[in-house]
Amino acid sequence: MSAGALLPILALLSSLLAAVVIFALPETSHRLRTLVNLLAALLKLGIVAVMTWGVFQGIDFSVSFTMLPGVRFMLRADALAMLFAGLSALLWLLTTIYAVGYLEDSPNRSRFFGFFSLCVASTMGIALAGNLFTFFLFYEMLTLSTYPLVVHRGTEKALQAGRNYIIYTLGGGVVLLLGIAWLHGLAGDLAFRETGHFQGSDPALHGQLTLIFVVLIAGLGVKAGMFPVHGWLPQAMVAPAPVSALLHAVAVVKAGAFGIVRVVYDIYGIDFAFALGLLQPLAWLAAFTILYGSVRALTQIDLKRRLAFSTISQVSYIILGVTLFGPIGTVGGLVHLLHQGIMKITLFFCAGNYAETLGVHRVDELDGAGARMPATSAAFTLAVLGMIGVPPLAGFVTKWVLGTGALAASMEWVILVLLLSSLLNAAYFLPIVYRLWFSPVVAPWPAERRWGRLETSAWLLWPPLVTTLMLILVGLLAATAFSPLSWARLIVVRMYLP
Amino acid sequence: MSLNLLYALAGVALCGIGLAGFLLLNHLLRRLLAFNLLGSGVFLVLVGLAQHGDGPDPVPQALVLTGIVVAIAATALAIVLIRRYFHLTGRTSLDTGNNAGDGGGES
Amino acid sequence: MSQWLIAGLLFTPLAWAALSLLLGFRQGRWLSWLGMAIQMAVSLALWFAVMEGGGFYYALGGWNAPLGIALRVDGLAVTFVLLTAAVGTACGLHAGVYLDADKPWQRYFWPLFWFLWAGLNGVWLGADLFNLYVSLELISLSAVGLVALGGEAAALRAALRYLFAALLGSLAYLLGVALFYGRFGTLSLAVIDQLLVGGEPALIVALLLMLAGLALKTALFPLHAWLPPAHGIARSPVSALLSGLVIKASFYIAARLWMELGDRLGSPWLAQGMGVLGAAAVIWGSWLAFCQPHLKQVVAYSSVAQIGYLFLLFPLTFAVAEPVSLLAQQGITLQVISHALAKAAMFLAAGNLILSVRSNRVKALAGVSHFLPFSLFSFGLAGVSLMGLPPTGGFAAKWLLLQASLASGQWWWVVVLLLGGVLAAAYVFRIYRASFLEVSNSDDFYHPPQSLEAIPMILALLALGLGLVAEPVLSVLALPFEVVAAEAVHP
Repeated sequence: MSAGALLPILALLSSLLAAVVIFALPETSHRLRTLVNLLAALLKLGIVAVMTWGVFQGIDFSVSFTMLPGVRFMLRADALAMLFAGLSALLWLLTTIYAVGYLEDSPNRSRFFGFFSLCVASTMGIALAGNLFTFFLFYEMLTLSTYPLVVHRGTEKALQAGRNYIIYTLGGGVVLLLGIAWLHGLAGDLAFRETGHFQGSDPALHGQLTLIFVVLIAGLGVKAGMFPVHGWLPQAMVAPAPVSALLHAVAVVKAGAFGIVRVVYDIYGIDFAFALGLLQPLAWLAAFTILYGSVRALTQIDLKRRLAFSTISQVSYIILGVTLFGPIGTVGGLVHLLHQGIMKITLFFCAGNYAETLGVHRVDELDGAGARMPATSAAFTLAVLGMIGVPPLAGFVTKWVLGTGALAASMEWVILVLLLSSLLNAAYFLPIVYRLWFSPVVAPWPAERRWGRLETSAWLLWPPLVTTLMLILVGLLAATAFSPLSWARLIVVRMYLP
Repeated sequence: MSLNLLYALAGVALCGIGLAGFLLLNHLLRRLLAFNLLGSGVFLVLVGLAQHGDGPDPVPQALVLTGIVVAIAATALAIVLIRRYFHLTGRTSLDTGNNAGDGGGES
Repeated sequence: MSQWLIAGLLFTPLAWAALSLLLGFRQGRWLSWLGMAIQMAVSLALWFAVMEGGGFYYALGGWNAPLGIALRVDGLAVTFVLLTAAVGTACGLHAGVYLDADKPWQRYFWPLFWFLWAGLNGVWLGADLFNLYVSLELISLSAVGLVALGGEAAALRAALRYLFAALLGSLAYLLGVALFYGRFGTLSLAVIDQLLVGGEPALIVALLLMLAGLALKTALFPLHAWLPPAHGIARSPVSALLSGLVIKASFYIAARLWMELGDRLGSPWLAQGMGVLGAAAVIWGSWLAFCQPHLKQVVAYSSVAQIGYLFLLFPLTFAVAEPVSLLAQQGITLQVISHALAKAAMFLAAGNLILSVRSNRVKALAGVSHFLPFSLFSFGLAGVSLMGLPPTGGFAAKWLLLQASLASGQWWWVVVLLLGGVLAAAYVFRIYRASFLEVSNSDDFYHPPQSLEAIPMILALLALGLGLVAEPVLSVLALPFEVVAAEAVHP
């Protein structure tokens, strides 16, 4: 087997085998489990780095075999795949480190880390899937492997949230399956291809294709947290903080958004989707979701719930970028896939730190936390500024490119949405920052723990600091060769100029 | 020909009686007898229908012989079960509690 | 070579049944381990032989039909023989540890087990209608015996209901056989297929009788009432055998009849009607499974639902294009295999869970995820296959059936297939939910031996892996079959 076929499989196996090993280890061998976890994460990061370099050089990494009559299992690494794979490989490493610290002394760690690895394996599969069928395979695997994480605490509330999570995501999966099967019946096994498959197709099929598009987007929109099927996201907040980080920044919502990108670009083709008139309604829906999420976030008292509604809003930036008909808008959407991941994971890490160190879960309990936990609060503040879009941080790059793209596509109303959303971002985030730094401490912390000299456990402190550094760097160095922005440009160049 | 058809028709009639008994009767032993009647009807149809002009066909005779052996085995098993069931519960029919089998099972 | 293999397949179980009757449970266990190893080896060897050389007819002991026993050894048959060997061995191994060896009645377990196995192999390989009847009866009687083993009143009541349903089904089938024999003077399905020209009323009645009888034995809705008590109350390894294999035997015969004769004797009404009953079974069975308070009843009602999918074979192969019919047949075959593996895994895992918490109630499972994660994981993996989620065999089956429904324009089955998956998720996740609940005051769990935990895991992984290797498995079904031999065996 050639290296081209081997690497995608290795990228999958690195976390799949880690999951198997972790399940097999006894509950009490914590050190060994941590070692396996970190080694697997580093190995995967290395593999993904090599593949990214290879894709940049134009090497074709692909492997496929016939799984069912007429259907292939297909892994293929293109530039878009590497964007998502790179994001998940990088953030998996950090989230694993964080989770080790977060779950210290808690029960069921073997189960947790096993499913955690399975979850990342599924995400890798989603990124590398070469056709819709393979995509669906890993998409459902992701649903199943995240359920035990969401209900990890085993409380009545967690189980209720898990139930809703499963109803939403499996329901979305069924709708997606209907779309995929229908499309397969109509057009056969469709590999993801840069220009799509339907340019110049029989006009008699256009009605059916439009319907299938709606079905596919409805199925994918559930995980992407689009209005009106976003309800599971705020509820799933009962999960431990690393899981929330994983759901929001790395895996689940991104899988939905990534799927929408794949369907629009690599199945339908952006030109064809535009010609069918499918992009405009999707843009409206995305814009509405952006504003809706922000407005709802304003009134949330629980810190993680506020972040959850913020996610609903932010993920739709990606979808909005995709629907802006033109290369620049696409760059904006794709780069936000990465930028939002980095910023949101920082925020969740920080929220987790407040909860673990001080026992604080609500916004109004955060008064004066900046003095007690300066490093965490600084990270939180920078991530918030990034979200709002203050230059030169990550969020600014996104919004700038999206705005330029909207002008290029002559959809000026999008700029209004962006401005309004930034104002709302500021309105629900800045009060928290104010409380952190400028309000005096009014009451003792609900449940404070101390870790020697550091403000919190080193396992918990370093990951948010690293991601904060990343969110500064991706903004500052946006013009260099391997920045997310340049990579998104590379993807778009390959999509539009095949 | 007509004689054979007569056998077959008698078989069908027996089947009808057996089936009616099987469905309508509650007493376990009566249901078992109804089953045997039904079986005999089927055997009669099998033998009666299969006579083709040139003398008796040996195959159905062999089949019916096998069928009777099977029926005896089934009847024996049913009688053992019914007897044991009667010993344990003192009942002669199944439709007593409507929660048949929902109990603890293996506990 | 292959005659020895076939003789081994049918002779070993019968011989082992007779031998183990002379022994107690413990000695019978040793004997049965040897027997299972032989069966496994022989089944594998036959599978590879057919892979190499294609299918053939075989007259047992050199006695030709109609008085001898003719066997039809094709790709489908050997696949099911192999499936029986896999599931049967797993259940046998599990039972050897699971059943309480000190109870005096357990010495009858092994003879019944081996008679059941002989009957199953007889059904898969049988080529003539009457020997199929005998094999079916052998299966039914030994299965009823297995359910009754243990002897409480509730078990006996379930066994009696099962016995009466099975006997009635068999006689309906036999009456149909009598009508066919009266018309054609032969019992060979292949010869009837050649002689049959059009739909005569008597023959349609015969087909209807046979299908009705077989549907009763397969527990098709609304004839399913006997199944949940019997499968729910039997010991877990027995339930696994019954749900995994036994109900598939009668369906297999119905499917063979339909595929050979359905194009001339069937009608759109019959085909759609069977499909509608199957769909009703999927919906109603899943709903009842969701409502059951006892763990094994959930699994048993799930069987009622999963059987429903099988009956979509009838509408999806009637009066449709050849490739569509092939898709449907492949989908149903995968459904049979994956359900056999997954349901056996589920019953065995459920047995472990019940052993561990000492109660059959779903509510009693709270906290079991701490203590028995392995069995719960097997249960969950099997559940994934039942839900039809990728990459399991259940998903592969569902995908093929979806494609067949869409390609034949019968979109209403698409609704059933998708809805069935959602309902299956509902009853499977209900069990997860119950077992993930953290309770502080219960660490009173019994930990069953590791071998008990490993067996359902292996079965569940097989069901999972089936989806990935579906293509090679299905390719066996399309192997060439030497048709010329039909005349040689049936002069």
